[in-house]
Amino acid sequence: MQLSFKAASRKRTPACLADLPAGSEAVIDRLDLPGDLAARLMELGFIPGHRVSAARSAPGGDPRVFRVDGAEIALRRETARHIVVRNN
Amino acid sequence: MSACHGRPDSVALAAPSAAGAPPRLVALIGPPNSGKTTLFNRLTGLRQKVANFPGVTVEHHIGKAHLPGHHAVDIIDLPGIYSLNPRSEDEQVTHDVLTGAMPGLRRPDGVILVLDSTNLQRHLPLAAAVLSLRLPTLVVLNMADDLRQRGGAVDTEALANQLGAPVVLVSAATGEGVKSLAQFLTGGIAVPRVVELPVLQDVPACRQWARDISRQARYTHPAPPVWTRRLDGVFLHPLLGPLVFALVVAAVFQSIFSWARPLMDGVQAAVAVSGAGMRAVLPDGWLESLVVDGAWSGVGAVVVFLPQILLLFLFIVLLEDSGYLARAALIADRTMARVGLQGKSFIPLLSAYACAVPAIMATRTIENRRDRIATILIAPFMTCSARLPVYTLIIAAFIPERPFVGGLLGTRAAALLGLYLLGFLAAIGTARLLKSSVLRSERTPFVLEMPPYRMPTLTSIGLRLWDRALAFLKRAGTVILGVAILLWILASVPTIDGQQPPIEQSLAGTLGRAIEPLIEPLGFNWKIGIGLITSLAAREVIVGTLGTIYGMDPDHNSAGLQAALQKELTFGGAVALLVFFAFAMQCMSTLAVVRRETGGWKWPAIQFFYMGALAYVCAWIAHALLS
Repeated sequence: MQLSFKAASRKRTPACLADLPAGSEAVIDRLDLPGDLAARLMELGFIPGHRVSAARSAPGGDPRVFRVDGAEIALRRETARHIVVRNN
Repeated sequence: MSACHGRPDSVALAAPSAAGAPPRLVALIGPPNSGKTTLFNRLTGLRQKVANFPGVTVEHHIGKAHLPGHHAVDIIDLPGIYSLNPRSEDEQVTHDVLTGAMPGLRRPDGVILVLDSTNLQRHLPLAAAVLSLRLPTLVVLNMADDLRQRGGAVDTEALANQLGAPVVLVSAATGEGVKSLAQFLTGGIAVPRVVELPVLQDVPACRQWARDISRQARYTHPAPPVWTRRLDGVFLHPLLGPLVFALVVAAVFQSIFSWARPLMDGVQAAVAVSGAGMRAVLPDGWLESLVVDGAWSGVGAVVVFLPQILLLFLFIVLLEDSGYLARAALIADRTMARVGLQGKSFIPLLSAYACAVPAIMATRTIENRRDRIATILIAPFMTCSARLPVYTLIIAAFIPERPFVGGLLGTRAAALLGLYLLGFLAAIGTARLLKSSVLRSERTPFVLEMPPYRMPTLTSIGLRLWDRALAFLKRAGTVILGVAILLWILASVPTIDGQQPPIEQSLAGTLGRAIEPLIEPLGFNWKIGIGLITSLAAREVIVGTLGTIYGMDPDHNSAGLQAALQKELTFGGAVALLVFFAFAMQCMSTLAVVRRETGGWKWPAIQFFYMGALAYVCAWIAHALLS
């Protein structure tokens, strides 16, 4: 009961990249990060409107590896938390 | 297919110089991990570091390409960059060179832009930035073999039309298409035709532009690298990953002791035979003593360790070139974060296992200056290859070989591994100390591209091992030979009745005895003291020094260096000596490079005294506990 409610609420409200389950895909909505870091991440492919998927992570679950534009980029959760994603 | 396409309609530069004028200078640039350095090696044959890890080219390297028709072109290999907006020191270097702002270097006559053809859409935005510089440009799409194998394709002619600059598809690893580069390097190279470029600061617009022109160039994105994903399934597995890592490390240490042994015995025998040969040829007297007992014993004692050092380098090269290093940085990030650093600091620290000097230069990829200085300060704690001769000599003399950990490791390999861990722990502890005090800063984000795994090529491995062997022998032939001769002189004066004095009455012996009170609490006698003084130049010099001292000492002359040491040191003293070498800053080259990279004597001075004090105190504790 609780679980299904949680899943439903996640669908409606924007989630962050850090919570994206491994193997699933989302679309980047915006980067709530300082200018320099946001620019660097965009150069690497984290661009609003582009698709991103979660791949493996380091043993222990942090940092995580994300796939954008055919490349794999590792980010810490604390950074991925500020990347807002939506479902399509 | 791989010929130059493009119809430049601007002024073509003159063909390379006639005699007298400086050779044409061409810059090689591209994103990290696009294979620039492999291409650089193809073109120039110059030995230089290649690694499958973002940000390994940290200084600009210049090599000469010798092309058909006796043309020589200077090629400069620049650090990998994603854009021309400088944010790290790497990017600053590339930006400055391309705009002619680098002091002491003229603006290049042309640019070879290397892009990874399997990653074209991500790499093309850099082309927009480079083309806007209006320098004659050749666009090289590298990794053609990989692109084909994974079912990708691109129309180079159409892409050249879109970019207004010639485009070639090559594979630097196999050499495919590389010949067509000679045409660009020697022929008339042209400024790119003016094409519409996006606003460079607008990253999404640059991406859209890249997407549009790759569609017009009929670019088919290759399938995902299946093998990389499978291998990551093992190397990044929560349980298997660390286990594989531990097994690899155990194999490295065991092999340093067991595989290198026959080769080392061979070198040792050759040194002994040639020494005896020289003794037979040279007339008895001071010359024979200088050449055989002084120079040859000193240099020979160090040269014996060449096979071990090459074996260690072989493992380091394999880890770097295969792409495993980026995964190691990923795994290490959490640990590094705990001491206030980030995973990127792990790469320079790993290469410090070879030598601290390139490691300290590799810290330039770290954007945060405080993190960078902290990494520079802890790098010399990592066990560099110069410590290896000292460690193996003492371990072999004092630790009996027995199976350990169920036969997986021998006791000697385990002792060596323990010393490597000791250095690592000292580095981590110091980092924590620095990052919680003088070098405190906000946590910097960790952003790292995971390159696909690649099979290291034999040429690349061969070039680096060869380079390493030459560097080691050069040091043996200069620093170590110089110290050995100086030491022979110090040990031969003042003469007594025209004869060489007993070594304890010589000048060297006097010096050693002068510092003996200082080092006696550590369990070292004056002979070891002489070694400690000379090893301030470089750590492995102590082995050469002891070789010379015992070579000149008639009591020890016949016995090997190991046997001689067993008489000089107690077990506690031997362990203290190992600990001392694990911590002390005994390397002039490292101090010089730290001064250069931090811009003053402050940090190298702090580093020297901190490491020296730590070494002294810990060696004293080790000796006190074991005696």
